[in-house]
Order: sequence, then C-alpha cells, then structure tokens
Amino acid sequence: MYWFNGVAALAPLDQLGHYLHWHWLLISVANLIVIGIMVVTFIAALLLPFPGRRRRKENQ
Amino acid sequence: MRKKAFRPDVDAPKWTGGHTPYDIVKEGTIALLVVAILTIALATVFGSPDVPAVTIKRWSNMAPVDFAMTALSELNGTSGTATYGAPYNNQSVGQQLGPLQLAKWVGDRIPVDAANAFVIDPLGSLPNQAVLTTDLSQWKQASQTQRTSWLANYTKAAATMKFKSGNVNVAAYNAGPVSVLINDLTQMARSGALDQSLVTHAGFYTTDYTLPLLFIADGSYLGNLAEKQHLTGEQWGMMNETGSYPGQAWLWLYTFWYQVPPFSQSGNADVLVWGLMMALTALLLLVPFIPGLRSIPRWSRVYRLIWREHYGQDAPATPPRKPPRADPSASAAPVGVVSSDA
Amino acid sequence: MSTTEIDRQWTTRLRHRVTAKLPPEKLLPDTQPSYVSSWIYVFGVTTLAALAVVIATGCLLAIRGPQWWHGSDIGHFVNSLHLWSVEIFFFAMVIHLWGKYFMAAWRGGRALTWMTGVVTFVVSILTAFTGYVSQTNFDSQWISTQAKDGINATGGGAYFNVLNLGQMLMWHIVLLPIGAVALTVLHVLLVRVKGVVPPFAAKSEVEA
Repeated sequence: MYWFNGVAALAPLDQLGHYLHWHWLLISVANLIVIGIMVVTFIAALLLPFPGRRRRKENQ
Repeated sequence: MRKKAFRPDVDAPKWTGGHTPYDIVKEGTIALLVVAILTIALATVFGSPDVPAVTIKRWSNMAPVDFAMTALSELNGTSGTATYGAPYNNQSVGQQLGPLQLAKWVGDRIPVDAANAFVIDPLGSLPNQAVLTTDLSQWKQASQTQRTSWLANYTKAAATMKFKSGNVNVAAYNAGPVSVLINDLTQMARSGALDQSLVTHAGFYTTDYTLPLLFIADGSYLGNLAEKQHLTGEQWGMMNETGSYPGQAWLWLYTFWYQVPPFSQSGNADVLVWGLMMALTALLLLVPFIPGLRSIPRWSRVYRLIWREHYGQDAPATPPRKPPRADPSASAAPVGVVSSDA
Repeated sequence: MSTTEIDRQWTTRLRHRVTAKLPPEKLLPDTQPSYVSSWIYVFGVTTLAALAVVIATGCLLAIRGPQWWHGSDIGHFVNSLHLWSVEIFFFAMVIHLWGKYFMAAWRGGRALTWMTGVVTFVVSILTAFTGYVSQTNFDSQWISTQAKDGINATGGGAYFNVLNLGQMLMWHIVLLPIGAVALTVLHVLLVRVKGVVPPFAAKSEVEA
C-alpha cells in the first residue's frame, strides 16, 4: 500500500537547512522557529484569558 | 506556642477559597486527541529524515585515498582509535577532570587493537590469497622495530598516494609488506567484505557495530558529510538534524559550552562540559533548596500574570460564600501552613 | 481469622496506607481550586498525552522491527509520527517546566514533585539520545561516534557503549521507558496527593 504516491511526506525537509550565524551563535532556521514558537506559546499561555471566569466567581 | 516564620519561597498557604468543577478524564482525553491530531498533521506534512548509513564499501569507493590513509593510520598507530586510550586501549591517558582520570581508572573494557582489528585480522580471513598470505606471515614474524621501519618508509611516501586503475599507488621503498596490506585492504573494503568481517568476526549474530563505526569515524569521509549537514561540534551540531528538520533544541546549553573558552581550546573539553552540565543539572534539581534561585519566581512577579484572576479578587483568607467541596490538597495536611522539609 | 489478624496483614496495611494517602476522590477529583485558571496549566497534561503517543508509535515501530521504516512508506510514516510526537513531548515539557518554575511549584512540601520532574526530564533526554542512535542510518552513525567521546571521558563509555546498537536499542525500548513512565507516574501521583500549588501569599506568621 503506497500513501502519497510513494513519497512519505507532503513537504519533506530533506534539502540542506539554512543557518543563521551571528557572532558565536550558529543556529538552524528550523530550531529557531521551534524555540520561537515555544517562547510565543509560553507568553500566550500567560496572557490569554482562561474560559470559565464567571463560574469561578460564582464558586468563590 | 512557638510561632514559625512563613517562608514565602518555601511554604505555601493553605487554600481555603473556592473550588470549581473539573473533569480530569475529559481534559486528558482532549489533550490526547489534540496531540494525536497535531502529530499526524506534522508527520503528514514534514515526514522524517532518513539519510542512508555510510558503509565501508561506500566510503572506500567514494574516497579510496582517504580510506587507504585511514587504514595506514590504524596500522601505524596514529589513528584516533589507536591513540584513544580507555575504553579501547591504554595508548593515552585520556581526558582529565582536574585530578580525576575517570576513563583511565575504568580501564580498557572494550579492547581494540587497531592494527590487528582493522587490518591484519580481516585480511587474514580472505581465502586463496597466496601473495597476501605470504605478506601477512612476513608481517607477523617481523619484530616491532622492523614493522616501525616499514611503516615509516611507507608513511613518508604516502604523502603522494594516488588511486589509479583500481589500485592504491604509493612509490614506497623498503616498506616490506605494507604496500600489499594497504592495497588489499582497500580492495576488500570496496567489495563490501570488510563491512561484514568487522561485524561477524565475533560470530554470526551481532548487533555490535563498535569496530566498523570506529574505523569509519577515524577517516574524513563521515565527518565531511556531517559538516555539509552542519552536524559538527564547531557548528553547534549537537542541536541539529540532517536536512532542514528541527533537531534537539533542548541540547542548546550542552553544545554552547563547546563554543566558548576555555572549553573550545581544551583537550579535556568533553569531560569538563560533562562535569559542568552535571553540576547545572544538580542545581536545577535542587532549586527548592537554594536561596536566591528559588526566590526568582517571586521577585520576577511572572506569577501575577498566571494568577491575575486570583489577585484581582478577595484573598483566600476571606470566608468563601459557599462551603468548599472536598479539598484534594487538604486531607494529609495539618491546618495552617503547608511547609516543606527544606 | 480474627479482625486483628486481618488488620496486620501486609495487604491490609498497604491498602489502608494507600487509600489514606490517595483516596479515590483525590486520585480522580471532580473539582479543582479556583486559582487554577490559566492556560499555562495545560502543558502538564499535554506532556502526558504526548508521552502516550510516543509510546504508542514506538510500539507500532516495534511490530515490524528497527529496519522496517527504511523500506516501507507506512513504516516511514510511523517513524515520522514517533519523531514529531517526541518534538511535541519536549516542547510541552519545557513550557511546563518554565511555568512551574515561575509558580515556584515546589512550595508547600512539593519539593519531591519538582525533583521527580527534573529527573524525568533528564531520563527523557537519555531516552531520546538512545532513540537517535537506534535509527540505523547516517544520523545514528554520526551521533554515536561523536557522543562516544563525551561518555568515554567520564568512564561511562566502558559500560554504556553507544556504538553497540543492540545495547542502545534495548535501553531505548525497555530500560529507559520503564524509568520514564515510573517517574512520570510518581510525579503525577505526587501532584494528586499534594494538590496544585496555591498562589504566593503575603508574608505572615503561623502557628507551628
């Protein structure tokens, strides 16, 4: 059984990666994106309102 | 009664405020579904890398001079493996962490005699090789001094080594059987027989690839492929993956130390970085007991964002409007402050 | 058998200890304190969910063996599921760690909860490492030949041979998952026993 016509992914990331070089720091774009998403997710988790506020006030 | 001071970074107040309904099984199910869907989506779009393994056959066919020079370094005892020290041999003291020679103290528990393991023994396994058999006998019967002399002469001439018409060409004089050994090993490698010999020398079934991996890593071919993929130490390689895939971002601090002095210039870099990371991991583990470090959360006031709803209302000391439901955190705790043992 | 004799049995004493420490309504509560009202709280359960997917996809890979995925599209897809669930696992776990740090979640007798979390993090990194060297491809060759230097320098390489595929694979699929799951279970049970850490309070003196 062949999925995706013999290709294992829609957009495989097999081509050589891009890297950012800034002074002593050398990081792949992929890793930078992952770390960036982590930081954004953390900040969003802190800031976004959590549902159920009215119910919590009623139970106080 | 003796009053006990409340330590805000160690102790926690008892919660006497309200509770809200909470469906833990539903939460877990939703989390599982979300993660499963996200995983399927990422796998469908991006797949995963699978760069084929390097064989000794491929190495010796793609870079025969590099292979032959590596074989020579195994024979003349200058290769990475031959000079490694513990756990493979005692040719080097190895790395030191201050006065601690950890590797040396443990000893060579995975003994590898480079010249015999990588060159002499595999060649000896080939059948019907009249000339090779004679040369191997000559090698085995020679004294160490004689071997050293042959190797020195061959190594000097190997500076102009060429691979021509399927053979290793080195214009060496008084090199004894070395020319034949190196050339024959290269042919054995190019046929694929050396890959097999290094793995099945200890028996039919094996899952231990120590010998072929050490041999391949002693050459430049593997490292050159790695450098193209940004995987070497100086390239923060520990964090990276082949292609454009994200790698192991969580190793950022581990690989960072290798880029900066004194680690970047030290022959003991590996054990020094390990020691440092063990110490930092211990710090992380013991945060609850470390004054200052355990106070940063309170000083930084990030918690004011997390619990902003709580801080915007009455404090928990105010009597709740409804009787609290069974408090999951209450049953084993004494009334008052829930203290730590710190 | 008399009641006293039954009470003295190991089984009875264990059951009493366990149910006293963790009665069913604490193990599977139906309420939570109202201060648990932030999205930061979802990352613990997300990490658990990711761990479940990691183990499930690992089991799928085990059905056909370590070489399967190189020659099969379905196998390669399952390998991709395993890789991305690991990425999500670490993503969620690190954000969970950041959140717990800034909540000073070790307060109120919860130091062991924090410590089991850190040890689980370290064990997870080791599990991921043994997984990388079990891929049986170029990545495994490079990672193992490089990592050996770090581990050998500590003396550990004499016993933990990263170039030995069989050893690394068995650590990856047997020993380390048992450790990771055991630590995770302990960590989660500690949260259930101690409850979710309350917010910081104003400094005050209390009765000892």
